[in-house]
Amino acid sequence: MNENANHVLSDTCVGLKPSGIRKFFDIVSEMTDAISLGVGEPDFDTPWHIRDEGIYSLEKGRTFYTSNSGLKELKKEVAAYMKRSQNLRYDYNSQIFITVGGSEAIDLMFRAMINPGDQVLIPTPCYVSYDPCARLAGAEPVIVELKEENEFRLKAEDLEKKITDKSKILVLPFPNNPTGSIMTREDLRPIAELCIKHDLYVLSDEIYGELTYEGRHVSIASFPGMQERTIVVNGFSKAYAMTGWRLGYACGPDWIISQMIKIHQFAIMCAPTTSQYAAVEALRNGDEDVRMMRESYNERRRFVLYSLKKMGLPCFEPKGAFYAFPCIKEFGMTSDEFATRLLQEEKVAIVPGTAFGDCGEGFLRLSYAYSIDNLKKALARLERFVTRLRAK
Amino acid sequence: MNTLEERVLSIIEKNSRVDTKELAILLGTEESEILAAMEKLEQEDVICGYHTMIDWDKTGVDKVTALIEVRVTPQRGKGFDEIAERIYKYPEVTSVYLISGGYDLMVTLEGKSLKDVSSFVTNKLSTLDTVIATTTHFILKKYKDHGTIMTRHHEDQREMITP
Repeated sequence: MNENANHVLSDTCVGLKPSGIRKFFDIVSEMTDAISLGVGEPDFDTPWHIRDEGIYSLEKGRTFYTSNSGLKELKKEVAAYMKRSQNLRYDYNSQIFITVGGSEAIDLMFRAMINPGDQVLIPTPCYVSYDPCARLAGAEPVIVELKEENEFRLKAEDLEKKITDKSKILVLPFPNNPTGSIMTREDLRPIAELCIKHDLYVLSDEIYGELTYEGRHVSIASFPGMQERTIVVNGFSKAYAMTGWRLGYACGPDWIISQMIKIHQFAIMCAPTTSQYAAVEALRNGDEDVRMMRESYNERRRFVLYSLKKMGLPCFEPKGAFYAFPCIKEFGMTSDEFATRLLQEEKVAIVPGTAFGDCGEGFLRLSYAYSIDNLKKALARLERFVTRLRAK
Repeated sequence: MNTLEERVLSIIEKNSRVDTKELAILLGTEESEILAAMEKLEQEDVICGYHTMIDWDKTGVDKVTALIEVRVTPQRGKGFDEIAERIYKYPEVTSVYLISGGYDLMVTLEGKSLKDVSSFVTNKLSTLDTVIATTTHFILKKYKDHGTIMTRHHEDQREMITP
C-alpha cells in the first residue's frame, strides 16, 4: 500500500467501517462443507417467463441505452403497481424512475437532499448501507435503536427523542432486514404525524414489501400529507427473485426525483436495458409467481420459528422479509463469538446481529431463503450446539 | 375445497414423503387438522396414490416407454368408457387419456423392450373390435416429467456478497 495513502484517499471513505458481514463471509468461504443460513437473497430462480422476455429483448437487438429515467412502459407498469398495491398515484413521467437496484436509489436520495451537517435518522438494526451512504453524502447518521420488546418496530417516542433541528431524513426500512419486523398501519400513523410535525422526509425502503406474511404491506406514503415527503424505494430483487438483474425504482415528489435523476444520469446513465424489458413482464404477469414464492417463504418461516421454539431460543415472530432474529443472550457471549464458534464447531453460517449495528448484539440473523431440507440440517446442528452450550 | 386442503395437496404433490407433523408446522395448524384433511381427500379419491419419481434411464434397468395414439369407434350408450377400460386394465398401460383432436385416446405404455411394446400394440390393442388405427411413438429421452426436470443440478449458485 502507498505509504501516503491516508493523505491521498478520501477521509470519509477511509473512515467508513468495512461491512461486518464481509468479515464473516470471508471465513465461511474458506470452509467447503459449511451449511449457510447467511445469504440475503431469494433461493428461487427468476421465473422463466421473465427470463424469457429478457432473452427475447436481446434477440430483438434491444441492446441500447434506455432513456435516463428508464423505459416508458416500465415506468407505467411501476405506476400501475403503486396504484394497485398502495392506492398511490404517481405520474410515471416525473415521479418515477428506474435505478440499478434499490440500493442506488438509497444513495441518490441522500446525495440529492443532504447538505453538510444534516442528520439522517436510521432505525437500527437495519440493512448496512444507509449509514455509509448517508456519510458519503455528508450527513451525520443518527441511530434510533429498535427494541426487542417492541418486536423491533419503530416507536414514535424513541424516534422523537432523536429528532433535532438538523434532522432531515428518516429511513424507514420495513419489512426489515435483519429482524423480519414489519410496521402496520397503526404502527405507522404516529410516525407519519411526527414526520409532518418536524418536517422530516422519509426514505421508505420497501424492497421486502411483497414478502409480508400477515396482511398486506402498508407504505407510509399512503398516509395523508406523506406522499409529498416520501421517496418510496423498491425493486425486483426480492419479490421476483431478480437480484442479479440489478433493477429497482424510486417514486416520490418530482422536485426530488428530478435531482436524483440528475445524479443518476451522470453516474450511471441508465439501468440495464435487458433487465428493464424483463421487469415489464414481471410487473405485468408475475403476481402469481410472487404469491407462490411468498407462500413458500411463509412455510419455511413457520418451520424456523417452530424449530427455534423447540430448542428454546427466544425469537419474536417476524412477519416480513425472509429473516428470523433469535436472541442468544443466555449464553453470555457476543453474537460474533457465538456465530464464529457455531461455524467452527458445527459448520453452520449464521450472521451475527452486530453486522447490522451495535444494537444487534445478542442476536443472530437467520435467513430462511433456503430449502426445507437445508433448513432442517442447519437447525439440527444449531440445536446440537445450543444443547452442548447449556450442558456446560 | 378449502385453502388448507389446497396447500396440503400442492405440497404433497411435489413431495409425498413430507410427514403430517411437518405439514402442520409448515401450514401453521394442528396435526389433527392435517390428518383429517388428508383422510377426507383420500376418501374422495382426490388423493389417488403416493408415488415416487424415478429416472429409470439412470439405473441400467431396461425400460421402454411409448405414447400410442388410438382412434376408436365410440359405442352407442357407452361412448369411449368401455374401450378405455379394456385398455387401462392392462398393467403395462400406465396412463389412458381421452383426447380432443385428430385421435381419441392417448395411451402410455411401459415395456422391457421395443419388441414388448410392438407385440402389445399388434396383438392386444389393434385387435380390439373398436380400434380403428394406432400410431406408436417411442420416448427417446425424458427431459421433464410431473413437473420435475430430470437433469437439474441442485447446487446453490448464490455467491457471498455484502452488504
